[in-house]
Amino acid sequence: MSGTSVPTATVETLDALGRLESEAVHIMREVAGEFDRPVILFSGGKDSTLLLHLAVKAFWPAPVPFPLLHVDTGHNFDEVIEFRDRVVERYGLRLVVAHVQDWLDDGRLTERPDGTRNPLQTVPLLDTITEHKFDAVFGGGRRDEERARAKERIFSLRNAFGQWEPRRQRPELWNLYNGRHRPGEHVRVFPLSNWTELDVWRYIQREAIELPSIYYAHDRDVYLRDGMWLAEGPWGGPRDSETLVRKTIRYRTVGDGSCTGAVESTATTLDEVIAEVGASRLTERGATRADDRLSEAAMEDRKREGYF
Amino acid sequence: MSDLLRLATAGSVDDGKSTLVGRLLYDTKSVLADTLEAVNRASVDKGLSTPDLSLLVDGLRSEREQGITIDVAYRYFATDKRSFILADTPGHVQYTRNTVTGASTAQLAVLLVDARKGVLEQTRRHAAVLALLGVPRLVLAVNKIDLVSYDKGTFDVIAKEFASHAATLGYPTGAVVAIPLSALRGDNVVTHSSHTPWYAGPTLLDHLENVPVDPDPHGEPFRFPVQYVIRPRTAAHPDYRGYAGQVAAGTVRPGDEVVVLPAGLRTTVERVDTPDGALPEATAGRSVTLVLADDIDISRGDVIADAARPPSVTDELSATLAWLADKPLRANQRVLVKSGARTVPALVTELRTRFDEQKLATTDSPDSLSLNEIGQVLLRTAEPVPVDDYTTHGRTGAFLVIDPADGTTLAAGLVGAPLPLLDKH
Repeated sequence: MSGTSVPTATVETLDALGRLESEAVHIMREVAGEFDRPVILFSGGKDSTLLLHLAVKAFWPAPVPFPLLHVDTGHNFDEVIEFRDRVVERYGLRLVVAHVQDWLDDGRLTERPDGTRNPLQTVPLLDTITEHKFDAVFGGGRRDEERARAKERIFSLRNAFGQWEPRRQRPELWNLYNGRHRPGEHVRVFPLSNWTELDVWRYIQREAIELPSIYYAHDRDVYLRDGMWLAEGPWGGPRDSETLVRKTIRYRTVGDGSCTGAVESTATTLDEVIAEVGASRLTERGATRADDRLSEAAMEDRKREGYF
Repeated sequence: MSDLLRLATAGSVDDGKSTLVGRLLYDTKSVLADTLEAVNRASVDKGLSTPDLSLLVDGLRSEREQGITIDVAYRYFATDKRSFILADTPGHVQYTRNTVTGASTAQLAVLLVDARKGVLEQTRRHAAVLALLGVPRLVLAVNKIDLVSYDKGTFDVIAKEFASHAATLGYPTGAVVAIPLSALRGDNVVTHSSHTPWYAGPTLLDHLENVPVDPDPHGEPFRFPVQYVIRPRTAAHPDYRGYAGQVAAGTVRPGDEVVVLPAGLRTTVERVDTPDGALPEATAGRSVTLVLADDIDISRGDVIADAARPPSVTDELSATLAWLADKPLRANQRVLVKSGARTVPALVTELRTRFDEQKLATTDSPDSLSLNEIGQVLLRTAEPVPVDDYTTHGRTGAFLVIDPADGTTLAAGLVGAPLPLLDKH
């Protein structure tokens, strides 16, 4: 090496995660620019926490210009609700909570025989969207999650009944998003469409994003149902034929407690979680979501009904 | 080298596209055990002796029932070298609009042909659409090579015929690569096949991993459509005023002279802000917030651009449209045009040509443009818009044509005549 070499300016090119981040930020700014009443669906889970993190970055140094909406099944993990409330307070945001229990109490919904409340979220979600006149609803859905999701647009138009009609989706060209909708219609927006589960975890690590503790390995009393480890809780488990055992587990997804399964894991750090996700032989939903196992076209059917 | 490649697939019905995509996912181990188990189960139910890899990607029940793909599906796979975002577009002729969608973001397209059938009308049509949208690189996947006994002569004829078609569309020689493969058996998809000793080129995956894709943004004139004005008005930032957007072309650095269009006001970039700190430079594709030296009136839809090489500002657009709606376009139709972050009313004043992609010829002054037809038109916009020619700056030369009544996206619009064949004016 010559001692007199002239330092050349190194230009930082965007890596794959940087491109995904820039794309998501661009999408959020388009929504802020074109819609009157956007809202972020926020459960405290990792995908919605990532969405919120990106929203904070998209509008920095101004505050996030959207409220948050949580459709609460009542079957929650305490750690997640505590985390949700702490994050909302930290960013000074407004949180709208739609309690599924309210719909059950006044008879607009009835409990399912299996006690699972995930499918019951659709009606409270649509009612709340109508009540608050939300016209754009951000969701953390990713196309790598499931085959029906692979066909979802980034801007997904829903009719007044919240329905997704795959044959009527608008072509999505370049990075030009068409958010036009008629009164009563709304648009679901998925800024994480092009992320994979591994991208999400790598980005969480790179940005040091805090998550609820249940994503990391911990000891918990669980019982086996339909090949999944479910936690004890007000959702009716374990049954007589099922026994509680203490296991070291963590969650890969967080949803309604009645149908979100834990995976056996000793991953207590982000490095360990990433190594585990990279080596996993099961998809995130296949491993942990009983609701997606209901039928081969379960997600397609629920999306048509207005589910996220 | 970029570690992310966006690609699209296109092909006719039954070319085995779903099987090829399934094979790429399967051989790069992007398919996990539970998904595979479901495919195996479904294959057994259908009475098949080997797993039907196309079931990995045929997503909707309506498609599985009809055995076709009805919409663009996005797939994700990764190797140690690159991550891939694949837009899987259907081959059914009535869904060609999805090829336009998939191609609009693709840096490379894989076009499938059946080795037994060779280059079909549909292949020519897809190639024309890919050329129109400026997809810079093509792979011709000559599939089902096993069904022609791995015959070199058959492959050579198809490769040569396609190369000549691609050249007519404006593709330089090095931009098109033909690969003999069998998606069903895995020949030359991920591993070299012992059945094609006469083929010395790369496997499909080798090529996808190594093909250069990102043009150097340095030297390109800077383009920045303003998406949102950031004004916190908080105690910590009482006077902050920044312009949020994604760099559409070129690069931006503090001190750069810029012009704000359509107003034409000039100023200097003071800072290139991100929440992680100010940057010495931002290149195309990066979302940033620009702080400018002068306090001038800028709002969503304006374009901040290189002051020395600005886009043109015009209320008369000579453009090419790929018509994507069931309802045909006629002259004097009122539409909305969305370019960058700006949406303006416009009138289609003239239909100049309609392109016949089969004969690679144009018809003058057509009465209409129907679904899947491509043509040149003249548009008058309600106010001047800053635009570039699509061929030189895709991001600022592209626009949507939207139905003002119901919000439907009617057409993909490209400023100018990106397909030289189309240009008769």
